[in-house]
Amino acid sequence: MRKFKKPEVDLVRFVLPLMALAGAGFGFLVGTANGAPLAGTAIGAVCGVILAWVLATYVPSKRTGIAATTVLFAIVGLVLAGSGGIVGGLIVGFVLGWLSYWLSTGSYRAGTQIYATPGQVLWHNTYKLICGIIFFFLIAPILTVMPLSFNAENFFTFTPAMLSFDPEGYSFKHYRDFFTNPDWQQALKNSIQIAPAATMISVSLGTLAAIGLSQPHVPFRRAIMAILISPMIVPLIISAAGMYFFYSRIGLQGTYIGVVLAHAALGIPFVIITVTATLVGFDKSLTRAAANMGANPVTTFFKVQMPLILPGVISGGLFAFITSFDEVVVVLFVGSAGQKTLPWQMFTGLREQISPTILAVATLLVGVSMLLLTTLELLRRRSERLRGLSPG
Amino acid sequence: MTDATHTPSDGPMLTADGIPLKKSLQIALRRQKLRALVLIAPLLLFVLISFIAPIADMLFRSVENDIVSQTLPRTVIALQDWDYDDGKAAAPEKEVFAALYVDLSEAEEFKTHTRLGSRLNYETTGMSSLLRKTGRGLRRMGTSIYTEQFEALDPKWVEPAVWVVLMEQPGVATALPETASAWDSWKRIVANKGDLLAEEQPDDFIYTTLYRDLANQPATAIAAYTGAEAGLLMAADSAVDGFETVSLKDQFIKMDEDWASPQVWGTVKAFSSPYTAGYFLASVDLKQTPAGIEQQPENQKVYMLLFGRTMFMSVVIMGSCILLGYPIAYLLSNLPLRTSNLLLILVLLPFWTSLLVRTSAWKVLLQQQGVINDILVWLGLVSDGDRLVMINNQFGTIVAMTHILLPFMILPLYSVMKTIPQTYVRAAKSLGATDWTAFWRVYFPQSVPGIGAGSILVFILSIGYYITPELVGGTTGTFISNRIAYHISSSLNWGLAAALGTILLAVVLLLYWVYDRIVGIDNVSLG
Repeated sequence: MRKFKKPEVDLVRFVLPLMALAGAGFGFLVGTANGAPLAGTAIGAVCGVILAWVLATYVPSKRTGIAATTVLFAIVGLVLAGSGGIVGGLIVGFVLGWLSYWLSTGSYRAGTQIYATPGQVLWHNTYKLICGIIFFFLIAPILTVMPLSFNAENFFTFTPAMLSFDPEGYSFKHYRDFFTNPDWQQALKNSIQIAPAATMISVSLGTLAAIGLSQPHVPFRRAIMAILISPMIVPLIISAAGMYFFYSRIGLQGTYIGVVLAHAALGIPFVIITVTATLVGFDKSLTRAAANMGANPVTTFFKVQMPLILPGVISGGLFAFITSFDEVVVVLFVGSAGQKTLPWQMFTGLREQISPTILAVATLLVGVSMLLLTTLELLRRRSERLRGLSPG
Repeated sequence: MTDATHTPSDGPMLTADGIPLKKSLQIALRRQKLRALVLIAPLLLFVLISFIAPIADMLFRSVENDIVSQTLPRTVIALQDWDYDDGKAAAPEKEVFAALYVDLSEAEEFKTHTRLGSRLNYETTGMSSLLRKTGRGLRRMGTSIYTEQFEALDPKWVEPAVWVVLMEQPGVATALPETASAWDSWKRIVANKGDLLAEEQPDDFIYTTLYRDLANQPATAIAAYTGAEAGLLMAADSAVDGFETVSLKDQFIKMDEDWASPQVWGTVKAFSSPYTAGYFLASVDLKQTPAGIEQQPENQKVYMLLFGRTMFMSVVIMGSCILLGYPIAYLLSNLPLRTSNLLLILVLLPFWTSLLVRTSAWKVLLQQQGVINDILVWLGLVSDGDRLVMINNQFGTIVAMTHILLPFMILPLYSVMKTIPQTYVRAAKSLGATDWTAFWRVYFPQSVPGIGAGSILVFILSIGYYITPELVGGTTGTFISNRIAYHISSSLNWGLAAALGTILLAVVLLLYWVYDRIVGIDNVSLG
């Protein structure tokens, strides 16, 4: 394929007007914040034009140009609005510098056909912008929580001290609170006691049943599958209501065993689904070969089948673990104060707005989920490699 | 292994050990089936006990209603001949009041009359206080005159031992039916108090039933009794006609004139059967009254509104998930694998992040003193005085739940779009279709299964959601599930919670059936 050749771009009739528009946009925002929207817009437009012209004419190196613009705007921000203005300056400078090169070097046509009409190019870039905004919507809320958890004040928002990167504005006090407060520690302890026990039950029973279900002749397979999957289908509030009624009838409501049983039931569908999916690619002749060489069924299972389906079992176990670890509705009803888990503590905290310690916990939990996500991805790749489905 | 092939041409095929091949195969197959079932059995049993039984229990509770017939067994039987007659009926006969007196005497000891009161109060207001008041007033019914008169007749009547001997005799239940029945209640009361039956003088209500039996039963029936203390009984029978009496009916009505109202008795009768549709009727804003099924008063109609709101908001959430999810899934499926895997992490990270983390993030962002409002104020787009109200209303719930459920839309859409060959669109364009026509007429129809799968999944998940509406929904953004939780933990109307849950479950199962028809449950993918 021919290398992408950058097209010629008309500086005066294409880049400069667009840069004026972008500059005007930023100018309007800064102007409104300072009480002079119109002046801001005008100054912004002029700045955009000058910047684009200077960069396109005198600074051929893209990296130098963007860095210089970013620093320049950061200094302007510092002069105009003090240390808090640096963040704004950095953002505006980077965006304007990058935009200027993106337009003037013709990179904006990358990803479209060489014969695409201007309308198609415009739509292509608008589409990319829309996708970017949606990705921002997906990820921004989670990222916002992280810096806020280092807040030195008991606020759920950014303080001026935080925005100006004043070290006084940041602290580990919410983390300290999490690790020293007996309420949170008890909740953490309960979560750590409940989730592994529930996972053990769902994984051991679930793996056995998945192996049974993957045999060629299983009577009532659809009905059995429907029953085993049902905890995932039924809305949590209904499971919680039913379990509350039934477990209080048989005296398990408010006990550790009751919560573990309930969570194990909720985790089972995940184990069943992942393990049966792994077993689909399992080569049955391997177990026959093992039997042929004199291994009994138990040896065959542990020495031949288990190592091969282990990635599936572990990822099923992780699903079950996170289901129990994250679960709040069922434990809210089936458990009593003695089984208060981490999500439960967060739930009450959010309801009563007690402290931003919740945000510290949330940040830690995001870390846990990133860890889990990575582990699962690695397991998936390993499983596919073992089954010879893809090189990797 | 030549045996199998060496069969005579007229006989069935045999295996090495002489069993016909067909039979041998059947045995092997059966053994295989059995082994599969043995492997599945422990889990199946576990799920049946820990999950299916609770759901069945909930379904049962939504119609269960044995509290009336258990607490007032005699009254329910005595009421059978009474007819509500559209509220024009008079209060029941004195037999009913006598039965009520005995029933309440036992219920008062076990405090079940207050539970009965709160149950009947769901149907007719005032029942709870009526029953509490009556429970407190049972001692002042004036029935002690019977006890005193029997004692005056023969002091043996106040000896507990005499009663125990008398009531244990074989023929006494036919001679004194009401007394025998009341005696069973008395035995339970004494046992509950932890006392000995032979040491406790019977309560007034035993003497009342004894008087009623002696007065109502024909003399021959009493004379037919020949067991121990028959003489004592005969003497009493001939004396009761001269007894001073007290009207229980008047006493009850004097205590609270509601006991004369057909409304009260109609309610008791209407809910006397062990099963009721009352909870289901209440879930759809109807109510069962003595006169039949009626609409709830306008100010108490909440459930249809809540069901409607749950449906409406779920549809809106589903719609916004399609709008936001479609472009992302399209982008992911058309990018090179390396880039798309990287971007997929941005979808999977929220998917894997704790639900409460994401809900708290939205709480932080949307609050009036939150991040978004702060930015808007700082930019000067909104003045500090009138910050936007974006939380504790429908808007907050919709935004937060769209964010939470968006991965459930993107993942199925992505897996469907990955299988659509790009050549189709190119072919359409080469035949002269514009970009829009090629997309709308060629690409979009092929992605419809993905939209269907994602929509149903998001819809099902959102109609049963509890945590997020509870935390960011305020009063206008709550779902039916919040009402279920309220009835379980606050109002303690478990029957109504069970009925609402059953309706919700039915809707979800229906939707899953549709989902199974479109996508197949087995194709549930976890990303």
